[in-house]
Order: sequence, then C-alpha cells, then structure tokens
Amino acid sequence: MMKKLSPVIEWFTLLFCTGTVLLFLIAILWDLVVRGWPSLSWQFITALPSEGMTKGGILPAITGTVILTLLTAVLAVPLGISCAIYLNEYAKDNWVTRLIRASIRNLSGVPSIIYGLFGLALFVQGMHMGTSMLAAGFTLGLLSLPYIISTTEEALRRIPASTREAALGVGATQFESIRDVVLPSALPGILTGVVLTLSRAAGETAPILFTGVAFYINGSSGYLNQEFMALPYHLYMLSTQHQAIEQVRPLAYGTALVLVMVVFLLNLTAFYIRYKYRNNE
Amino acid sequence: MKLAARETIDSFVKVVFRTTGLLVIVILGGIFVMLMWNTIAFFAHIKPLDFITGTQWNPAGSHASYGIMPLMVSTGIVTLGSMMIAIPLGIGTAAFMSEYANSRLRNILKPMVEMLAAIPSVAIGFLGIVIVGPEIAKLTHQANGLNALNGAILLAIMALPTIITVTEDALQALPATYREASYSVGANRWQTLRKVIIPAAAPGIIAAVMLGVGRAIGETMTVLMATGNASAFPKGFFHSVRTITATIAIEMGEVPYQTTHYYALFAIAAVLFLITLLVNLAGEYFVNRYRKYQAA
Repeated sequence: MMKKLSPVIEWFTLLFCTGTVLLFLIAILWDLVVRGWPSLSWQFITALPSEGMTKGGILPAITGTVILTLLTAVLAVPLGISCAIYLNEYAKDNWVTRLIRASIRNLSGVPSIIYGLFGLALFVQGMHMGTSMLAAGFTLGLLSLPYIISTTEEALRRIPASTREAALGVGATQFESIRDVVLPSALPGILTGVVLTLSRAAGETAPILFTGVAFYINGSSGYLNQEFMALPYHLYMLSTQHQAIEQVRPLAYGTALVLVMVVFLLNLTAFYIRYKYRNNE
Repeated sequence: MKLAARETIDSFVKVVFRTTGLLVIVILGGIFVMLMWNTIAFFAHIKPLDFITGTQWNPAGSHASYGIMPLMVSTGIVTLGSMMIAIPLGIGTAAFMSEYANSRLRNILKPMVEMLAAIPSVAIGFLGIVIVGPEIAKLTHQANGLNALNGAILLAIMALPTIITVTEDALQALPATYREASYSVGANRWQTLRKVIIPAAAPGIIAAVMLGVGRAIGETMTVLMATGNASAFPKGFFHSVRTITATIAIEMGEVPYQTTHYYALFAIAAVLFLITLLVNLAGEYFVNRYRKYQAA
C-alpha cells in the first residue's frame, strides 16, 4: 500500500513547491491589477500631482524614471560593451584578465544601497554634482555595468571564430572586423541584455535615495542638474511616509501598477528581440 | 584609407577597450577604498571593539552609541527566516521543473520564474505592507504585521528566482548517464532524485543558496518597508527589526556631512560589503567545484 502511494505523495510535494511559487507570482499580479486598475486613467499618467499628493497624476515620476533610465544607458551601455569586447576579443588569459572578471562578478553582488553610498561620495560630493538626475543616473549606470558586460560578453562568445577569421582574411584590421562583422551579428543578443538590465535599473530605489530623487518637485523632472521624481521612490513615499496614508492607497496602487507595467514592457521587448533573433538563425 | 592610418586606429581603439576593462577594477577598488576610508574616520571617534560588540544603535541620543550588534542580528534573523522558506520551495520547484515537468510545461514555468524576478523590490515591499502585514497582524493578534516574519516572507519571494534558476541549471547540467545508471539498477524517479541527482548536483545547489543569501542580506527596500524598523534589540520573528541596509537607507538622508554618525553609516556599509563579498566568494567556490566535477 505505502509503496504504491509514496510516488504520488512525493510527486505532490514537488508540485506543492512549484504551486506555491506560482501562487506568489499570481497573488502579486492579481492584487496589483485588481486594486491598481481603478486608479489608472489618462489623467493619472498625464497630470501633475495636486493637493499634497492626494490627487492628480504621476507624470513627473514617469518622465523622471524614463530620463533616469536613458541616462543610465548613456553611461553603462558604451562602457559595458567596450569592456565586454576587450574581455572577449582582446584579453589574454593572464592575472589582469582574471582580476577584471573577478571584479565584475563581485560588483554584481554588491548590495544596491552601497552603490547609493558610492554615488553619494563620488558623484554628489566628490564631483560636486549635488543631488541631481545626473548623479543618480551615473550611480545606476555603475550598478548596471556588470550585468551589461556579462550579457554582452555572452552574446559575443556565441559568434563563431570563423566569422572573425573571414573578416581578417580579406584584410580587415581587428577593430574593423569587430565593428563591421562581430558587433552587427551579436547585436540582438547585446540588445536583449541591455534592455533587461535597464528594466532592472528602472525599478531600483536604494541607489537613488541619496543621489537625487525627491518626493515632490515643482513642475516636471527633466533637468539633469536638479532633483527629480521617480516611480519606485514615489511608491515608497506614498506607501510609508505620506501623512494621509489610507487616503493615498489608491494612488500608491496605481503607481505600483504603472511601475510593474513599465518593467514588464521592457522585459517583453527583450524577449521579443530574443525570440525574433532565434527564428532568424 | 591608407593601411598605416587604419592600423593606427586599430591600436588606438585597442587601448580604449583595454582601459574600460581596467575601469571595472577601479570601480570595485573605488567602492572598497571609499568604504574603508570613511570607516577609518569613524574608528577615530569610536573604538572598533565598542562598534562590533555594542548592543545598542542609538546615534541620535545625547549619549550616542554605535553598536552594530542589533543591526547584524536583525539582518541575520530576516535572512535566516527567508532561507527557511526559500530553500525547500526553491529546490523543490527546481527539481519539479528539471525532473518531472515535460518540456512544454518547463517552457511555461521558466518565464513565470523570470517574471517573479523582474518585479521591483519596492513593489514587493508595498505588497508586504498592504497584504502580508495585515494577514500576520490578524493571525498573531498584533497591532500591525510589520515585523521580521513579514520581511522574511518577502525576501524569500525575492530570493526564490535566483535559487530556482541556479539549482535548475545545476540539475540540468548532470549527464544523462547518472539517471540512466540509477534507473537501470531499479531505482524509481524519487529515489534517483534523492540519492543520485541532488547529491551529485550538491555544489551547484549550495552555490544557488549562497547567491540567494547574498541577495537577501543586501536587499534594502523590502525590509525597509516591511519590518517596522524598531531600533530596540531584535527579539524574534514576531518583533520589529531594523537591518543594516534599512538603517543606512533611513539615516543617510538626514545625517549631516562628515559627522561621527555619517561615518558610522559607512562603517556598517563596510561590514555589509564584507559579508556579501564572503557569501558571494563562497558561492563562486562551490560553482567552480561543481564545474570541475562536471569536467571529470
């Protein structure tokens, strides 16, 4: 009897684990959509906040997050791709290369709040940027760098050596082979990694806490040398620091839903690029 | 273009690429030096022994005290609780995906795990306030459910995708011959999983757990929002705690530049940095062990 039953129990144990994990995801999305959806309206995403954040929209937080993410990309994408090219195309297997690789792995494990402190010390105070969009964007750029390097390197590694040899064989210099042959073929893979990394950066809160984000600014976010509003921080403030917390709950739900939608949209873009690329192969 | 010009460009660009490669070392070194520099400035005011063994963190009082113990214990409680939830669930899910699910089901489950990983920590923290907190309050008859248990549940959700993905990779990387050999001597699927697959993939699974622990220790927003942040010495899962990360997040915004308190926050950040570094190095050690094992 036990012998017949035990495979079923065992199967159910594993199914229970998987089911619980899925339940977490479904509960999170269900709650956000059901309770966030009524707050969404054209006005909510296009208007400025009003009456002490208890009414109005979240436009400055949306534009702030968009500009911040672009700024992150401006710093992290060229540096990250360039570093990955060095590692995959040029670097010999010596102690310097191993040190670079170890640094990248450790950087991706550094807690995001420590990037915030580093941004505060380096950009805000050291480079006299003050608490500003620029300082926060650069801080997120540093945080994103290791992820962009590893995903780009992986994309470059998938390009066969024969592709490079063909370019070198017809007389291209190594740089010309990388620029005209290797990079274009690795582009979809690089782009997937970049978009996924930016989706992570768009949702980060801790690194921007001390480097430039503000709960309320007059007008819209958009000046690089000034403080700005951002979706994740707006959600944090609405749900923990507002003086009329229960009253602004619907706004907090709406903000959370918009934030998750922005992040998922970026993720979907990345999956689309990956999918299309696989089909073309 | 002349060949000489093209070759000049080529060697110039190579230097640029190499510089950006070296820049990564400079950034990690910069973070380390920044933390150490400020920690040394802190130790000019406060004795290191008082910092490490002090049981009170109260920088604002008239007799300011900077003991890291309550913060360390808080971080420890929340991380331990999250791993008690995430390790069995994560390994079970990975085993189900790798050993029981067919490829069609796996192709559905994998993106769902990735979706869970994509949800921003601040959104998870928000749901800790509006869903998990009230539920805990109801079950334990407390005024609010913002305590270590709440933080542990949320951190488990955040660490699960890492643990599942890395464990599943480790299980999938085992050669098919292991399973075949086990089946051929009459073992069933469960016996194979428990006696062959999981022991053989153990280093990879330990690495997965280490990476999950690293994530949980360093996570800021969820614990900041869900654990209540009481500064008293932590008493257990049903009490409010205040982790290292949450303390930095709360106090850094208000502290005047270059005071003892300011340096103190860099000192606890340095401790956090060293802990996560050690955890990640341990994870890496096990990943490498498991690679060697695979190659043999």
